[in-house]
Amino acid sequence: MKKITLSLCLLAAATLAQAQVTIHAPWVRGTVPMQQASGAFMQLSADKTTRLVAAQSPVAKVVELHEMVMDNNVMKMRQVPGLDIVPGSTLDLKPGGFHIMLIELKQQLKGGDVVPITLVFEDTQTKKQFTQEVQAPVTALGGGNMPMKH
Amino acid sequence: MGFTNRNRIHVLAGSAAALLITLAGGCSRSGEPVVGQFKGLDITGAPYGKDFNLTDHNGQERTLADFKGQVVMLYFGFVQCPDVCPTALSRAVETKRLLGADGERLQVLFVTVDPERDAAPVLKAYMAAFDPSFLALSGDLQRTRDTANSFKAYYKKVPTGSSYTMDHSALSYLFDPSGVLRVAMRHEQTAQDYAHDIALLLKTP
Repeated sequence: MKKITLSLCLLAAATLAQAQVTIHAPWVRGTVPMQQASGAFMQLSADKTTRLVAAQSPVAKVVELHEMVMDNNVMKMRQVPGLDIVPGSTLDLKPGGFHIMLIELKQQLKGGDVVPITLVFEDTQTKKQFTQEVQAPVTALGGGNMPMKH
Repeated sequence: MGFTNRNRIHVLAGSAAALLITLAGGCSRSGEPVVGQFKGLDITGAPYGKDFNLTDHNGQERTLADFKGQVVMLYFGFVQCPDVCPTALSRAVETKRLLGADGERLQVLFVTVDPERDAAPVLKAYMAAFDPSFLALSGDLQRTRDTANSFKAYYKKVPTGSSYTMDHSALSYLFDPSGVLRVAMRHEQTAQDYAHDIALLLKTP
């Protein structure tokens, strides 16, 4: 037990020391009851080249990284293996582009709810993975393509 | 006047207008030139998009004739779509607002291309989240396919991880109050563009 506690502490310390990604303006699009999927959006920046490789959330069974493209007036959505954050520029997860897809939702997401999302990053140089948690407020469906105003 | 209009068409003919003319047949039914009149793609005279026969989210059978006297804006989409569909519906809300009192004569129709997941109660709640006057339409798999084909609209089921998504045409089709297909609006266009074309169509006798 002690050993586990110790490793958890070490892990937490390591995570803190490596909190190298700045997360700005996160939001999740609200849903109606029985709707199974939605998208999460935010802006990510980092001092070191970092790759967003996965995400998890307690509200969804499956979380994937997606890209939306318009190809000759056809909307296409595809899973992507990872998204690079390059120092000096912002990785913008936004409607019409990259987003975090929450699939097989366990509950309706209502305006004003807060969705915890754990982002899994990889330091491009060291290949070490670390996580950062973000609390993303829900913008009610029909409430526009913006983080909810507080 | 005829001379000026003809010249204008000639000048434009080399570029996108050529495409417009090919697709649209060049002129409206009454014969006046239409190039440049609409912000969207003028498809007046198109041999497709004549009608549909689908069930609305209240269980009522619907055809185009039910909406005579209104401008119909018809969009193919699906509820699990995180991005382009809510954006299109939000724009429809804004478009209706821009039209003011005329907005009452706009009927937004959302045809699901994912009838397997988009059951009527989900569709109804989804429309209500934007505007309770918006109607979602659906059919079984075959009727959905036939409807999309009859509009030359593309959609395809694409597996993604443990689930699937739908590739789909993101055009909005505008019908004039007499029920004739007139304009295809692109997703990139603004609510102002949509309102402009709808206002023009509402003036159609």
